[in-house]
Amino acid sequence: MVEKGTWTVKKGLAEMLKGGVIMDVTTPEQARIAEAAGACAVMALERVPADIRAAGGIARMADPTVIQRIMDAVTIPVMAKVRIGHFVEAQILEALGVDYIDESEVLTPADEQYHINKHLFKVPFVCGARNLGEALRRIAEGAAMIRTKGEPGTGNVVEAVRHMRMVNEGIRRVQAAPREELVALAREMGAPYELVLQVAELGRLPVVNFAAGGIATPADAALMMQLGCDGIFVGSGIFKSKNPEARAKAIVTATTHYNDPQILAEISCDLGEAMRGLEISTIPDHERMQERGW
Amino acid sequence: MVVVTVGILALQGAFLEHARSVAACGGRPVEIRKPEQLDDCRALIIPGGESTAIGKLMDQFGLFDAVRRFGADGRPIFGTCAGMVLLAREIEGLQQPRLGLMNIAVKRNAFGRQVDSFEADIYVPVLGEAPVRGVFIRAPYVTAVGRGVETLASFDGKVVLVRQGRLLAGAFHPELTADTRLHRYFLSFLDE
Repeated sequence: MVEKGTWTVKKGLAEMLKGGVIMDVTTPEQARIAEAAGACAVMALERVPADIRAAGGIARMADPTVIQRIMDAVTIPVMAKVRIGHFVEAQILEALGVDYIDESEVLTPADEQYHINKHLFKVPFVCGARNLGEALRRIAEGAAMIRTKGEPGTGNVVEAVRHMRMVNEGIRRVQAAPREELVALAREMGAPYELVLQVAELGRLPVVNFAAGGIATPADAALMMQLGCDGIFVGSGIFKSKNPEARAKAIVTATTHYNDPQILAEISCDLGEAMRGLEISTIPDHERMQERGW
Repeated sequence: MVVVTVGILALQGAFLEHARSVAACGGRPVEIRKPEQLDDCRALIIPGGESTAIGKLMDQFGLFDAVRRFGADGRPIFGTCAGMVLLAREIEGLQQPRLGLMNIAVKRNAFGRQVDSFEADIYVPVLGEAPVRGVFIRAPYVTAVGRGVETLASFDGKVVLVRQGRLLAGAFHPELTADTRLHRYFLSFLDE
């Protein structure tokens, strides 16, 4: 019997993306640059997070024309973003045939209470998380891949590091706890007990976990990999820098050779200026994207 | 019993799953990111992932030549999905870098995009009567089989598993299942 859209197949594509870099692109030309640099997938957007942040207003799913053109331009998987809770935007992207949907805090949430029931879709979803409980809530809703939220569009890696460490700390707590404490721990984390149990047995998240939100240099990418993530999303970091081709290629190499400082030193040379960064404390609370979703 | 060291090309993709399968077969998996790491390996697996990304990273550190030499030595190589694409001599409509070790033509993303990715039972006579659960993810298939290549399995009229001497290539992902028969079959090339 042939079965499409199974959990194995949804989770499986994320497994294939591991050790790779997923790059935000806004045009077919950028998508081709990303593919040529060795990106394992691209995220099709109308604007990169830094520009969304600068523009203000309501950020929505991209125009399907933009996404379709990018899908036609490259052979690697194409992802696209929908607003948190906006299941109709997700239906549209599934009809379009995108390979992965990011239910993303980078866009303005459509629902302040509920995320999308992702089990209803054949297309797999990735969601952001700041800690283990949030990651497991998204997985319970059907997310087949998780990424740290970080603070998108800042070029500042500090929040991605914080979120990765919080997920790791949660995993260590679950692993160290005796079995009889897991129900209480699940309640405290706001996560389903069955998934907490899986984490205790696996010693990691039950799905692939990428780093996202503020990665701007090869060293940032390698840092996140050494902290234990499975791969890297780069949003504004590439096409907001002086030399996107060179930077994209260097971040790809850094994500593979993250444990080899000699190689990291070589590829970090002469990349031109990185994107201009943003100090997190200068962002007003209501403009912090990571606070979106729960 | 001598434990066999099996290299897993670990540039990008599902290399950890292959390492797990190799370990389950009693082998010793070793991650390969640089040419010199191949020296101690008796066999090599090229995992699924994105063939363009893996190709780029192979090129950067001289792994194309190293793996071609590895194959020329008669050491077994098994490619799954992207690994099959990289082993092929011809990739339909695309000029991307490849090893070109196997006399096959392949088509990338041949079953469609992710919404068309699927699981199905695949009959592989060399593995016995029970089917293999084939997991196909944006999978390629073989469009032409040249001299010296044996077709081991087809699905829906499309060739999805081939062998040429000590080279093995499959369109699906046995490493995402608990079934280790295909990995065992591959490692048995060492005894032939």
